[in-house]
Formats: sequence, structure tokens, C-alpha cells
Amino acid sequence: MGCGTSVTIDNQARRLTTDKTAKNPPSPALTMKAAILIQRWYRRYIARLEMRQRYTWNIFQSIEYAGEQDQLQLSSFFNFMLDNFTQLNGNGPDLISHLLDPVVDPWSDRERQTKYEQITVPESYSGPHLTFPLTVSHTNALLSAFKEQQPLHGRYMLQLLHETKKLLKQMPNVIHLSTTYAKEITICGDLHGRLDDLLLIFYKNGLPSAETPYVFNGDFVDRGKKSVEVIILLFAYLLLYPDHMTLNRGNHEDHIMNLRYGFTKEVMQKYKTHGRDILLLIQDVFSLLPIATIIDNKVLIVHGGISDMTDLDFLSSIERHKVKSALRLPRRSLNYLEVTGSSRQGQSESPGCRQGSCSSSSSLCSPRRSSRLSPRPCLSPSMPSPTDALQVPFLDSFTALPVPQPPREELEWKQVVDLLWSDPKSQPGCSPNTFRGGGRYFGPDVTHRLLERHGMSLLIRSHECKQEGYELCHDGQVITIFSASNYYEEGSNRGAYIKLGRELLPRFFQYQVSRITRKLTLTQRVNVAEGSAVRALQEKLFAHRSELMAAFQQYDTSNSGKIFLQ
Amino acid sequence: MAEDKDSAEAIVAEVHKKISGAFDVFDHEFNKTVDVREIGTIIRSLGCFPNEGELHDVIAEIEEEEPTGYIRFEKFLPTMTKVLMERKFRPIPEDLLLQAFEVLDKQKKGHLELEELTKYMTQEGEPFTQEEMEEMLSAALDPDKNVIFYKDFVSMMTVDDPR
Repeated sequence: MGCGTSVTIDNQARRLTTDKTAKNPPSPALTMKAAILIQRWYRRYIARLEMRQRYTWNIFQSIEYAGEQDQLQLSSFFNFMLDNFTQLNGNGPDLISHLLDPVVDPWSDRERQTKYEQITVPESYSGPHLTFPLTVSHTNALLSAFKEQQPLHGRYMLQLLHETKKLLKQMPNVIHLSTTYAKEITICGDLHGRLDDLLLIFYKNGLPSAETPYVFNGDFVDRGKKSVEVIILLFAYLLLYPDHMTLNRGNHEDHIMNLRYGFTKEVMQKYKTHGRDILLLIQDVFSLLPIATIIDNKVLIVHGGISDMTDLDFLSSIERHKVKSALRLPRRSLNYLEVTGSSRQGQSESPGCRQGSCSSSSSLCSPRRSSRLSPRPCLSPSMPSPTDALQVPFLDSFTALPVPQPPREELEWKQVVDLLWSDPKSQPGCSPNTFRGGGRYFGPDVTHRLLERHGMSLLIRSHECKQEGYELCHDGQVITIFSASNYYEEGSNRGAYIKLGRELLPRFFQYQVSRITRKLTLTQRVNVAEGSAVRALQEKLFAHRSELMAAFQQYDTSNSGKIFLQ
Repeated sequence: MAEDKDSAEAIVAEVHKKISGAFDVFDHEFNKTVDVREIGTIIRSLGCFPNEGELHDVIAEIEEEEPTGYIRFEKFLPTMTKVLMERKFRPIPEDLLLQAFEVLDKQKKGHLELEELTKYMTQEGEPFTQEEMEEMLSAALDPDKNVIFYKDFVSMMTVDDPR
């Protein structure tokens, strides 16, 4: 096998030199061997580049998801504390949950509208002035303003959000669209506050209109620096063309995620006077965004994915605005706790981490323990929760409670979380998404079953960054579409969008926003991305160095300054 | 004797670690399996230079009875260990590579024309795909003269190769 060829090559070395000195043209056999040598060498070079590219990607993705997982862990803890320790009196109001629970709006719609109209806009303001109902001149004015870095005044922002909220209230949880012979529907994925990408899409594909309908599949905000401008444009077009613009909710259309990932900060920075009111309104608007879109009863579009518990009929019936955040479970009484005996052990660390058993009843779960670049280690081994009785810690002992059916609110919340957080996997089955800390991993069998049950042929989702901006899986039944180019780093990935016509055959369009005009070679791109990933990793290590040192010292009992890798 | 055995074990452990590391990078589901199409990249990143034929042989050896499209680590590890320990598919020394280019440079010009290299790479040996050809040209082609100065190309590409 391999040995044979190597020997031939060695002989070749000698023969090559002899041929060179002879003045005859090299034999065809020699030419072929030379070609193979070069090809072999080059393929190996490329493979090394691919390897570097792949682990660079892994680094970025792990850091990204570790952050999200932290968030879920923390929220899980919060929820546990709120549920268990704030109602010990029984009836008293609990102040803590007021901080996180949605505020009940004391003003009526009419009163609010008047209130906003009374906000004065200074003479010095040179940005767009909005009046409702919006017209094309307003959206054009917004486009020009944002290209010139001119912000929209707080009053118009509030009014825009107010109108958007009114409109969304009338919409169902699942939007049904149809294609016609004349026009194709354009479907875009995550934008994450990248205004440049949105403007590029509008430039390449056309502004939203009756001839150019759009579906935006969630994650409009967070991470990027222009989330405010992005949602202003998306909501403005939604108000202008409600029949030709569809916005699906993503896992980042969530006020608690926004606290962590930059949107809240951006709003407060850009709107110093009205920031808080704007944020409260946005909270409502986000929770009113539809969860799913179906085209021609054949194509399902959701932000994250599905699970084996996904039920589109049930989904149509839920009260979606009640699911304010994936990270704040609906309130539950002390009767229903998903606490197992193992959480007792966890008390010395963070007691709140819910020990997710790998049954489909929990959507939040503890991190998978792996030797890899994995975020914080698991508290204690997760145990399957006993199905007939729950051991609930109460004071200093355990009390057994019967397991009741989860309340409807909880089921509704689970449906939404699964649809907004899940990722596809290539092997069959459905398992908890330990990488993200929420939602599921769903296999091709889960996809097939759901699509078949509803007579559909395609699932389009986003949620994951893909190098080419899009990726097919599950035998072509699932398409991931991602529209934020250069997400991790300059040159890291393309963005893409899909156009779908009557035949429902997707056409893909890719692009890449770039500050440099010269095209980078593969090698250069890999070098840039790798450098960036390593720097990001360095930052993480530096930020957590005291924790790391403490952890290392635990293993280094002899204080030698060295530890052995397992 | 005991010493030799220890160092042999240490070497094997070292090799196992390297293989495991390379394998894990492509194990997207964290279940010790990789897509069979990534095996080439993994093997090459471990310092081996198999040609396509040799690669297919290796894959045939480690595939399941009923090919699933996945390769399991338990099957990959022993085969790959053998490949590394026996030093199969050795790297190509720079001067040999240069000679190969010189063979193709029939007129001994010191460079290859764009059409010449393309013809050889896409029609001879184990032909490149269009994508592979474009990628090589993007790095190898001198944009001003539209030719490939293969000596410079080889030096540039072998800069960060392992010994």
C-alpha cells in the first residue's frame, strides 16, 4: 500500500536528476509522476489550512456559546431562587420578581399615543420626521439618514414601536404566506445588528415592496453595533408593507439576552432620555413577534429548529406574548419543581443549576462534560428524575411530592424555546442541546417526521453561523441561512439569503461586506481568522486567569508549577 | 530493556494524543465520529502525504462493514497509529518538489505558463478539481507576468512545514 509508493518516489528522486541531465524530453510516465507529486503535496498543504480554519471556527463558536450557556445557567439559578424563596409567606407580593417580570402597563393605548405626541423634537434635529401611517418617503428618509450616521429621534422611535406593537397584536403565532408566479419571496437569516449587511441585501435584491417580499428569520439585534438602526428599518418596512414583510422571532429577541449581548447598552447609549421607555416597549414588541412562518403549506421557517415535541397546531393556539424571555420560566407554584436529589449536593457551588435529566421534559439542561474547550464543569452527575415521586429539599430533609402535569404555561414556553434555540445534528434522535444550554439537537428522523406529518417538504432555519452563509443538511430537508457576513472576523464567512419561487426550489445568493477591496487568498484569510481567534482566546484566558490559576493549583499538589495533561 | 519499553509506550501515547486531537476537531457531535469526507484532511494534518489512491485504501480499511458515512474513532486510531509509526506517506522534501516542477517545465524557462500548469494539474496524475486549480493559482500566479515562478512558490509554501 503506502510503503510501495514511497519506495517508488525515492527511486523517482534519482531518476528525476538523471533525466534532467539527459537532453531528451521527459517521458509521459515521468510527467505523470511529477504531476502526482505536486498534487499530493498541494492537497496536503490545503488540508493543513482547512484544519487551522476548522479549529479557528471551533474556538470562536465555543466562546460564543459558552457565553450563552453561562447566561442560561445564571438565569436558571435566578429562576430557582425566585420560585422557591420569594413566596415563603404565601401571599405577599414579591419584590424580586418585579425586577425581572414584565411591568403591567397602567396607561391605555390612546393615552400612550398622546403622551408620545407630546414629546417635543428640537429645532436642531436634522434627522427624519415620521408621521403615521408611514409612506415610502419615510423609509427612504430612514435609509439615507442611517447611511449618513444620522440617528432617529427618541419620540419617533417610541411612536414607531407603539405602532409596531399594535400591528403585531393582530397577527397570529404562525404566519402563512403564498408564492405567486410573479414574485419570489426572499428569506434572510441572522443580522445581529449588522446594518451594512442589511443595506447590501437591499442593494443587491431590492427594497421590500409588493414585488419583493421578505421574511427575516430572527436575531436582528445584539453583538453588532447598529441593532437600533436595523430594527428601525425592519419595523418601518413592516408597518409600510405588512403583507410583504414578515419578521420571525429569534432567540435574541429577548430582553434578558439583550442585557448581556449589547442591545440594551446600545439603546441606552443612543437614547439617553427615552432609553428606558424604549426598552420596555421593545420587550413587548419582541414577545409579540410571530414564532413561525409557513410558505404554501410546504416550507416551514423558524429561527432555531424543532424538537420531537414540536406541535404546530398547539403552537397556533398559545399566547405567545406571555413568553417574554426564554430565560425566565413562567411562574410556577411550589408544588411543581423539577428538582432532583442531586441538586442537594450542588449546594456548595451554585445551587440553582437545574440538573436536567435527558428526558424531553426539560428544555434547560446542565452542560455536557467534555475534555474539550467546554465551559464550566458540571456540578454533579445528572440523574434521571424519578417518574413517580419527586424528592424536594425542604428545610433540612426531603419531602416527596407527586409529579403533577406541567402547567400549560410551561408547555407553551417549552414549545417556543425549542423553536428558537434548537440546532440540527446529523445523527438520528433528539437530545438536549448541551452546547447552548437550551433547546434541543434534532436529527434527520425528527425533521422527516414533522415535515411528513404536516405535508411539508422543507425547513428553513438560522441561528448558526455558516462559512458560506448557508448550509444544507438532513438530506436537503433543512437549510440554515445566515445573513451576517464576517460574523467572527473580517473574512470569516459569507452572508447569504434565499429566494423562493412558485416551484419552491431555493436559490442562494451570497455576499461579503468588506473594507478591503483586494480579495484575500485562502491562506491569508485563514491567517487573519486564526490570529483573531487566538487573540480572543487570550483575552478569555486573561480575564479568567485567577480562576484558572486556582483550578490549576488544585491539581498541582506539589506546587511544582506544572501539571500533567490527562 | 525496560527503559526501551517505557519510551516505546511513551511514544505511542504521544502519537495517540496527536491523533485524538486532530480527530476531535472534526467531531462535531462530540460522539467520537467524523464524516468520512474529512478523513483526508485529518490524515494530512497529521503530517502525512498520501495520494488519493492511498487515501481510498486507508478509508476502505477503517470504514464500517456497511458504510454509514461516518468513521468511528475506535477504528481510526489503530490504523492511523500504524501509519504514523511506520512513517507511511512521508512528506515530500522541498528539492524533490522543485524537481517535479522542473520536469513539467519542459523548455526549462524557470517558470510555467498559466495554461501549462493548468493543463498538467487538471489532466495528468490525479487531476485537480476546478476549485483546487483556482485556489492554487490564486496563490501561485504572478499577477503581473501571468506565469508561475515555481521556485518562489515552493519556497513560500514550505515555509511553515514541519521538519
